[in-house]
Amino acid sequence: MSSIVYQKSKGLTDRSLSYCPGCTHGIIHKLVAEVLDELGVLDHSIGIASVGCSVMSYFFFNCDMQQAAHGRACAVATGVKRVRPNDVVFTYQGDGDLASIGLNETIHAANRGENITVIFVNNAIYGMTGGQMAPTTLLGQKTTTSPMGRTLALHGAPIHISELMATISLATYVERVSTHNPQHVKKAKASIKKAFQNQIDGKGFSIVEILSTCPVNWGMTPVNALKWMEENMVKVFPLGCFRDGPL
Amino acid sequence: MSKVLKKGNEAIAIAAVMGGCEAFFGYPITPQNEIPEFLSHYMNEKGLVFVQAESEIAAINMVYGASGAGARAMTSSSSPGIALKQEGISYIAGAELPCVIVNVMRGGPGLGGIQPSQADYNQITRGGGNGDYNVISYAPENLQETVDIVRESFDIADEYRNPVMIAVDGLIGQMMESVTFDHEIPHRGPFPKEYATRGRQQTNHIITSLDLDPKKLEEHNQKLHEKYQLICEKEQRYELIGMDKAEVVIVAYGTMARICRSTIQILQKEGVHVGLIRPITLWPYPIKAFEAIPTSATCLVCCELSMGQMIDDVKIANEGRLPIHFFGRSGGMIPDPEDIATFIREVKR
Repeated sequence: MSSIVYQKSKGLTDRSLSYCPGCTHGIIHKLVAEVLDELGVLDHSIGIASVGCSVMSYFFFNCDMQQAAHGRACAVATGVKRVRPNDVVFTYQGDGDLASIGLNETIHAANRGENITVIFVNNAIYGMTGGQMAPTTLLGQKTTTSPMGRTLALHGAPIHISELMATISLATYVERVSTHNPQHVKKAKASIKKAFQNQIDGKGFSIVEILSTCPVNWGMTPVNALKWMEENMVKVFPLGCFRDGPL
Repeated sequence: MSKVLKKGNEAIAIAAVMGGCEAFFGYPITPQNEIPEFLSHYMNEKGLVFVQAESEIAAINMVYGASGAGARAMTSSSSPGIALKQEGISYIAGAELPCVIVNVMRGGPGLGGIQPSQADYNQITRGGGNGDYNVISYAPENLQETVDIVRESFDIADEYRNPVMIAVDGLIGQMMESVTFDHEIPHRGPFPKEYATRGRQQTNHIITSLDLDPKKLEEHNQKLHEKYQLICEKEQRYELIGMDKAEVVIVAYGTMARICRSTIQILQKEGVHVGLIRPITLWPYPIKAFEAIPTSATCLVCCELSMGQMIDDVKIANEGRLPIHFFGRSGGMIPDPEDIATFIREVKR
């Protein structure tokens, strides 16, 4: 007798993902999709795709989707959620989109206590545009716009979004997770699920920061990229829950 | 019909609610603040949506989200704020979403001033945003016309799935005038909005302006272009005043047109026949109005509260037939009817 022990989530469409080999966006997509399916909310979820590598995530998540201008996902999500308060509304954003051009929208959506879920994928680089320095790029990390490595003197320090969001009184759930090994992928899924469950329970703004790799623009093999993430990114961006419940 | 005395901006807010506005997103900027101030309490009382956004940019993107989810959404602002919204307006046009934008115009460039102006003509009709798109734009002359167009605008936006902008100068926004709200206005529809992200049915709803395939993007642009051509055919609005035997034809809109009405009376008493083409839509530009210019006309006078922006469209519509003179004031300076009469006397000479 055979039984199915693993299959593609109903939360994903049949489209081939547009991500580079070894990029952990695929894993994170799977986690979000599985959570939406397991919570039984696919039929009334509205996702907001951002600008960057995940710009075409509207083809991949098997629910209604809106594509937002660069950085504006949390504003678009606000507009959707305010007129569809009973639907599940989430954004899926990278570090350039959320932490740089869209930081204002993110902070203020949290500060208004918008009852939405923010999936923040931090890979410390602008991937889609070819590997430029991001606000989350590590000190010493070489990118196409910091070819000698990021320095405090020239570029400033990597920005810590979870720590920043945790200072906002109505950001009710803030956690940073990683995808560098299966154990942490499992933890990431639990965190994503909690962030969506919070919204269903009307608890307000939840954000999960997920450390992710960019093998192509980091100039590494996928395996080395996971190792680099564990050894370098996790040190700069410590994992853990920064807020659970209102301040 | 009962007449009431209302401040322009407040009347605009009431008209928006009557037009079916379900969600308003805005940011404070003079001289339009009475619109969000009124709606902040009204929308909350009625269980509708009002959000004071963190920025003009956030406000227009909230409109995008709410409209994509099927609501009648609106924002209001003034010139520099509209400049900030242009990216979002381009996305809304590209994604073919309806929305209503009220622009209570002030002087520029830059921070400019807060006095009435028509210096937004280019950013309204040429779009400050990227790409081949147009915004259906109205420039009413007085408060009653403003109220009627605002009431009608949500239907028009829904019909074409396109942003509609109502551009009034600060004078109309700030002045109190008598106005009625209880008369019928034309209705269009119904509009079922099957594209809206209200939860998936047979297929997922996707709202986007992105297409990385050049062939598909060109097809999308051609589809938009056909829509814009249809709008140009069907939606040109204008008023013709005193065109019979006119020796001089003024082209002016909004408050400037209103001033020119008095100029026409002044010159009439001197035996000079002056006509007026008053565009009500800025886009589509009412080119049809220029077919009514009588053979008696010897020149056109384009009058604007700017240094000359609509004049480009007047030249296009005129097709080189008559000489065109320009009278403009800017920075919030409002001319006297006599100033324009003096100008016309001189150009006639």
